[in-house]
Amino acid sequence: MTSPTIEIKTEFTGGLELLFSNQRKHKVSLPATDLNGQPANITFLIQWLCEHLMKDPRKDMFVLEGSVRPGILVLINDADWELEGEEKYELQAGDEIVFVSTLHGG
Amino acid sequence: MAPHVCEICQTARAQILRPKNHARICAPCFISTFEAEVAETIMSTELFQPGEKVAIGASGGKDSTVLASVLKTLNDRHDWKLDLVLLSIDEGITGYRDHSLEAVKRHSAAYDLPLKIVSYQELYGWSMDQVVAQIGKKGNCTYCGVFRRQALDRGAAMLGVGHVVTGHNADDVAETVLMNLLRGDLPRLSRATNILTHTPSAAKATADSCSQEVSFTDVKRSKPLMYAYEKEIVLYAHHKKLDYFSTECIYSPEAFRGSARTLIKNLERIRPESILDVVRSGIDMAKLVPGGDINCQGSCSSNKKQTVAANADNEEEAEGGCGSSNGKESGGEMAQMELKLQQDELAETSGMETEIKLPAKVTQAANKSDLSQNTASTGMSSIPIRTKQTKSLGKPERNVAPPKQKLGQCERCGYLSSQAICKACVLLEGLNKARPRTGIEVGGNPG
Ligand SMILES: [Zn+2]
Ligand SMILES: [Zn+2]
Repeated sequence: MTSPTIEIKTEFTGGLELLFSNQRKHKVSLPATDLNGQPANITFLIQWLCEHLMKDPRKDMFVLEGSVRPGILVLINDADWELEGEEKYELQAGDEIVFVSTLHGG
Repeated sequence: MAPHVCEICQTARAQILRPKNHARICAPCFISTFEAEVAETIMSTELFQPGEKVAIGASGGKDSTVLASVLKTLNDRHDWKLDLVLLSIDEGITGYRDHSLEAVKRHSAAYDLPLKIVSYQELYGWSMDQVVAQIGKKGNCTYCGVFRRQALDRGAAMLGVGHVVTGHNADDVAETVLMNLLRGDLPRLSRATNILTHTPSAAKATADSCSQEVSFTDVKRSKPLMYAYEKEIVLYAHHKKLDYFSTECIYSPEAFRGSARTLIKNLERIRPESILDVVRSGIDMAKLVPGGDINCQGSCSSNKKQTVAANADNEEEAEGGCGSSNGKESGGEMAQMELKLQQDELAETSGMETEIKLPAKVTQAANKSDLSQNTASTGMSSIPIRTKQTKSLGKPERNVAPPKQKLGQCERCGYLSSQAICKACVLLEGLNKARPRTGIEVGGNPG
């Protein structure tokens, strides 16, 4: 059985791209629902990115305790994720989710 | 979730949740508010003199990139007539600075600011590549960090610029305040929390004569972004589409600073105001520490509201120490180079050390020559290179009086130091005396 997928754009900047094959923009296609049949939200996306997109073994540089590491900003369609419901935001096709690290030096 | 409307313009979609006051505002309103707040910081502290020459310590990273962009914008907008220049330090590590210097060059063109790149080689007579070749793998990070602390001051003096601004933000300051607290090192709070710092000699010189000469010990340091959240600096760069260079994660180099940073970032998620509150607490506590401030009592700046604290030979002022150049990360240029040099250098170095111990006592009249000379004429005084294990700061030693930090000046170079001779001079001496082996073998020759 093929489950429906949802296509979104992700971007990793501020040094985070170093953890994602040194590439900033990734178009990803992920299941439209999580294991419990709930619509895919940011929590699910983060978990999915960790398992399927991130090749770097240092997962804790991106995710801590199931959420993005404190110090990493998340922008949902160019707005702070705090304004959009944070982890609970339900992904829509074509969304742009940007992860920006504030933790990397210059 | 229905989109929020910007609290300022009441029309656009809110994109930013401000950590300091939970305001929900749009990107254009955020940009102008951020700039206005930095301008307010600069004007209320009278940070700059009209027409002052100011070097922006530029690493190509987010903080200094935003600082350069904002200062350029404000200087034009408010007609401050500041003579701004980008100042970058090249440590001389093959392959390491290339990308960040490229970013700084782009900024120089984009913001129409002249760029000066000053190398360790010019400043100290030693590039980091040469240091590594000399001392091998271990401890080169110490050299890089110690040299970096003075490099901006020395570079600025070289350019005849008496004021260096750095991109330290509120998170950096909060982190340093916490570290000082956790180590019981309150005398350092003043330097960490003052927006403007300079050395006692500079304070004296200014007070005495309003001297125009720029010695590197007279260079003022300030941090115009010290009230700006790191989050907002990153968002400013993001929404203004500034391009900047990022290094490896700063968690790697130093565990203690990393822990303080983690604490700050965790606090921010729960209560974002905490960061500025820690900064304010640091400022208030600094006022209670006797002798922490070295105020310019001079007539030159008698109308200034700003308090002036001393620069220091201070580990914590360096941005994350050696950063990614410490070679801990796999595949670091430094690590490869070190590995390559390690084997043959180690044997050689240990051989050299025994050789030079003999003439060490003879040439007590240590040559107090100019630091920037890389001649090996420096004599062998018996100052040991303090290693991490032996350094007194922060580690209580039973047989020694409690570490009362006395801020003096280095006998050699005049830089502020809690020791008679500053760390940079000690390290340089070690390097210089070991360099020309022939000179040493001649032995006892007055240099
Ligand atoms: Zn607005
Ligand atoms: Zn010195």
